[in-house]
Amino acid sequence: MTTEPSLIRSRIRLTLARPAFTLDVDLDLPGRGITVLFGVSGSGKTSLLRCVAGLERTPRAVVSIAGKTWQDDDAGICLPTWQRPLGYVFQEASLFEHLNVRKNLQFGQKRSHPPANMAALDSAIELLGIGALLERTTGQLSGGERQRVAIARALAKQPRMLLLDEPLASLDQARRQDILPWLERLRDELQIPMLYVTHSSDEVARLADTLVILDAGKVKACGPVSDVLVAADGAMVLGDDAGALLDATVAERDTRWHMAKLVFNGGSLWLRDAGLPIGRRIRVRVLARDVSVATHEPQQTSIQNLLPCVVQSIVTDAHPSQALVRMVCGDNTLLLARITARAVDALQLTPGMAVWAQVKAAALVE
Amino acid sequence: MNLLLDADARSAITLTLQLASLTTLLLLLVATPIAWWLARTTSFWRGPVGAVITLPLVLPPTVLGFYLLVAMGPHGPMGQLTQALGWGTLSFTFYGLLIGSAIYSLPFAVQPIQHAFEAMGERPMEVAATLGARPLDAFFTVALPLARPGFITAAIMSFAHTVGEFGVVLMIGGNIPGKTRVVSTQIYGHVEATEYTQAHWLAGVMLVFSFMVLLGLNLLNRKSTRVLQ
Repeated sequence: MTTEPSLIRSRIRLTLARPAFTLDVDLDLPGRGITVLFGVSGSGKTSLLRCVAGLERTPRAVVSIAGKTWQDDDAGICLPTWQRPLGYVFQEASLFEHLNVRKNLQFGQKRSHPPANMAALDSAIELLGIGALLERTTGQLSGGERQRVAIARALAKQPRMLLLDEPLASLDQARRQDILPWLERLRDELQIPMLYVTHSSDEVARLADTLVILDAGKVKACGPVSDVLVAADGAMVLGDDAGALLDATVAERDTRWHMAKLVFNGGSLWLRDAGLPIGRRIRVRVLARDVSVATHEPQQTSIQNLLPCVVQSIVTDAHPSQALVRMVCGDNTLLLARITARAVDALQLTPGMAVWAQVKAAALVE
Repeated sequence: MNLLLDADARSAITLTLQLASLTTLLLLLVATPIAWWLARTTSFWRGPVGAVITLPLVLPPTVLGFYLLVAMGPHGPMGQLTQALGWGTLSFTFYGLLIGSAIYSLPFAVQPIQHAFEAMGERPMEVAATLGARPLDAFFTVALPLARPGFITAAIMSFAHTVGEFGVVLMIGGNIPGKTRVVSTQIYGHVEATEYTQAHWLAGVMLVFSFMVLLGLNLLNRKSTRVLQ
């Protein structure tokens, strides 16, 4: 029996000298799901994506995607972009203006190697809900519709990997909210790996399965998103957006106070009721700046979400006045608190100590 | 029209239209790769080549015509080549005129196409590559259609400029009736001979014709740019 394609991992190893930074990465990525490349602008995210696509040439690179080698310069292999079975979604709308939506979609489908079947086009149209737009010219589409068509066009050629370069960056907030559910649908339904570039921590929280944090061309952290978000290096790059991501289930709804109880491995949180049905699985984001630490169970406090934890590590933050306290709640759920270094000293916090985490705010991300 | 224009005038008009049409066709074929290269290259040669292409724009037509005459003559490099190939010399022939006109109007064809390619940027070609199109495929199915307004402008300019050319024609074509005598040199001949009536008719026909061509192509161009937006 052959190995399931979605289990074959991908390898990307490359170096690229740029005036502002030197991109130097060696990534081993899972065979499906969304890998988010996160970093500030100028950290090399887009260059990395362009190198994978072959739009940028870099010597001595290895790009091996889902078991197929696209580039291995030491072995003399380097496919040109048009021979790489990839889908690429650019930051701004990149539809061909001289073709209508249907012909845009067919452009890649007709040229894929090996030929993509018609079903691929139909399922891409269905997956992105653009069936009603096929006969329109590109000028008759909204910004969000354009990006959905661009994603469908990339999928219609049945790529082995989908590359997305800040696909929401050119859209306003309302349009982003329109398109995010479609991206979540891709993540849940597609059997191919996706590389997704963004500098928005909201998109990380909503979409990422795997998170790679890039800083000045170097990989600062790489791994499952819930681990990377609470790792010290990742938290420092994320700044104000640092925090834990919890996989939770809606367990109970309090109709009198309009609250919902979300249970996760290690505890539960009461949050504002967003109308989600009981049993629904969701992600909850708890920012480090919204968590404080107490050594005894607080009494008479307005903060009702109190979680018993054990301190795992304490590191100094980017600014010396701040410290990041990493705590384990339950078996293996990690929480992150950003408090002052003076508070760490005053409470005599040390690894292994039992504490109470007070969660002032948390947000549902899907 | 036959009553108003004599046989000489009609043959001059036919020759002018033939020359302008063939020049336009030749220029679109030659200017496209040059314009593509100029729009894309980062080579040192971009500046010098661009300058040489633009030269006919500022050079007096007689200077250009003189050099072409010398080059095409029996002792010039082009003349030697054409003689070696058994074609004789090109000066004072229609083909000599065609080559002269094409060189003279080259900047009018190259510049609009080059600007259209530059305005398009790298992105459409990159998108086409990510969708599996070979470079040549992408050029014909993406770059050319997107640069269409540039091509229409180039065609109008080449055609109009060739119809209106005088100095180069006179220098390399002489003024041989039925062979190299175009409308502009014919009008010149009439004026020299103080045949103002014939000059008027011919000049009037050219005026109306040129206006109609420009108007028609302009409307076409506006329509196609509107489609692109």
